[in-house]
Amino acid sequence: MDPASPNGHQPGDAIISLRGVTKSFGSHTVLKDISFDVPKGHISVILGPSGTGKSVMLKNIIGLLTPDEGEIWVDGEQTVGMGEKDLYRVRRKFGVLFQDGALFGSMNLYDNIAFPLREHTKKGEREIREIVLEKADMVGLLDHMKKTPGEISGGMRKRAGLARALVMEPEIVLFDEPDSGLDPVRVAYLDELVVDVQGKTGATFFIITHNIASVMRTAEYMGVLFRSGLVKFGPKSEMIDSTNPIIRQFLAGKPRGPIGMDEMAGTAEEWEGDEELMNTKILTV
Amino acid sequence: MASAFVEKPQTLMRESGNMFAVALEGLRATPQIKTWWREYIDQCWFIAKVTSIPSILISIPFGAVIALHVGSFNKQLGATAATGSAMVLAIVREASPVAAALMIAGAGGAAMTADIGSRKIRDEIDALQVMGINPVHRLVTPRLWASATVGALLVSLVSVAGLGGGYFFNVIVQHVSAGAFLSGFTTLAQPWDLWSSIAKAFVFGMIAGMVACYKGLYAKGGPKGVGDAVNQAVVVTFIFVFFVNFIMTSLYFALVPQKF
Repeated sequence: MDPASPNGHQPGDAIISLRGVTKSFGSHTVLKDISFDVPKGHISVILGPSGTGKSVMLKNIIGLLTPDEGEIWVDGEQTVGMGEKDLYRVRRKFGVLFQDGALFGSMNLYDNIAFPLREHTKKGEREIREIVLEKADMVGLLDHMKKTPGEISGGMRKRAGLARALVMEPEIVLFDEPDSGLDPVRVAYLDELVVDVQGKTGATFFIITHNIASVMRTAEYMGVLFRSGLVKFGPKSEMIDSTNPIIRQFLAGKPRGPIGMDEMAGTAEEWEGDEELMNTKILTV
Repeated sequence: MASAFVEKPQTLMRESGNMFAVALEGLRATPQIKTWWREYIDQCWFIAKVTSIPSILISIPFGAVIALHVGSFNKQLGATAATGSAMVLAIVREASPVAAALMIAGAGGAAMTADIGSRKIRDEIDALQVMGINPVHRLVTPRLWASATVGALLVSLVSVAGLGGGYFFNVIVQHVSAGAFLSGFTTLAQPWDLWSSIAKAFVFGMIAGMVACYKGLYAKGGPKGVGDAVNQAVVVTFIFVFFVNFIMTSLYFALVPQKF
């Protein structure tokens, strides 16, 4: 029942597949005919300028929003149009790290991280404690378990959110702009943690961000969203060598190119073969 | 221009539809009492805490005002002894359920909307859904029942305090005899008045909970959005409560035979 693959992977390798996903709000089309496969067991990143529908895409994948058209496959199941009960079942395959952690303000960090275990498993408190402390140790928050989300910094909230996202040992972990609101050093630490945790768990990590430095450190596969469409999705090396003007400009982080302040500075075709753009240095780490 | 005439009613219909959908979804989860009873008790306690003292404080002077009006009117007619019977009708039948509902909407409901709304803008609601938990079942079900319960309990408190205020002004200030005031209670009023009052307050409380939860769940646009949601929740509840009060009063007169 796997969908045909548009970007060269074996269908069996993909854990999330989007096929022709389109989503509009009123007359504004946020996602236009998006198709790609997220390979299983790797870190994939979707990059894009602000306001290109990255978060909307994430919400479509988890089923918090429903696409107007197209199919979304998660681990071999089509989730668009799925009943509520099945959707809740499929969602348990996901761990999600929200922008600000989305921790429950009324609970301390321990209870926050323990929450999914208490809700969905029959584990006793002793076993829960073991798992929670293990995950807390993994993200370096062992000493702060008694604090509430209001008492800790943004970076710590993200790490706590990551611990909570990992506690059910999900097959897929989604990250919604993990770098937002953090200074570059903290972002670097978080990236290191992301790569480290992915190595340990072997889960599929899917990140959306606009931070190039962070992408270069974490991504194995990457895609670029621009003007509601997916420009390209593929292995990192392939993307770095790409001659597509949009990808080049975005990875270089320079004003010269088709991406403008209001997002309408020109088409990719107009910038095709622009020498200065093609020779711009890409920020690799 | 034509589009505004079409869009406004459409938005209104959609909003009311969503609100009742949230309420029905919330009520649907009622049998799963194991998942919500804790939150229910917390919410009951919270709403009772923020509403009981203010309700007493508004109902005493309100009772006194009615006593002054009716008392001075009755004095001119020479029927001061009938003040008690009028008081009990005004307070128990009409004033106390509405006062209880307004308190629940203004104090409890506003806090509920702010709480759920800020959870919404912090993505906590999405996080619940992603963790496979229906946020309506978890948050709305206990709040609906809690505000209805506290509404029904609060109405008795408001009645007693209001009648107390009336007693003070009528008997002590206006020198009506205490016996005449108290014996007047049963000339017009009947037990059905009390039951209808409790039923009204229960329904009003549930309306307050429904609007508060709905507005909170659909809050958007950051902290300002939460503020707007709180404001709208209180206003919408007031409108709903007065409208439903009219319907329930009409039903009451149609169904319950009156003494006179």
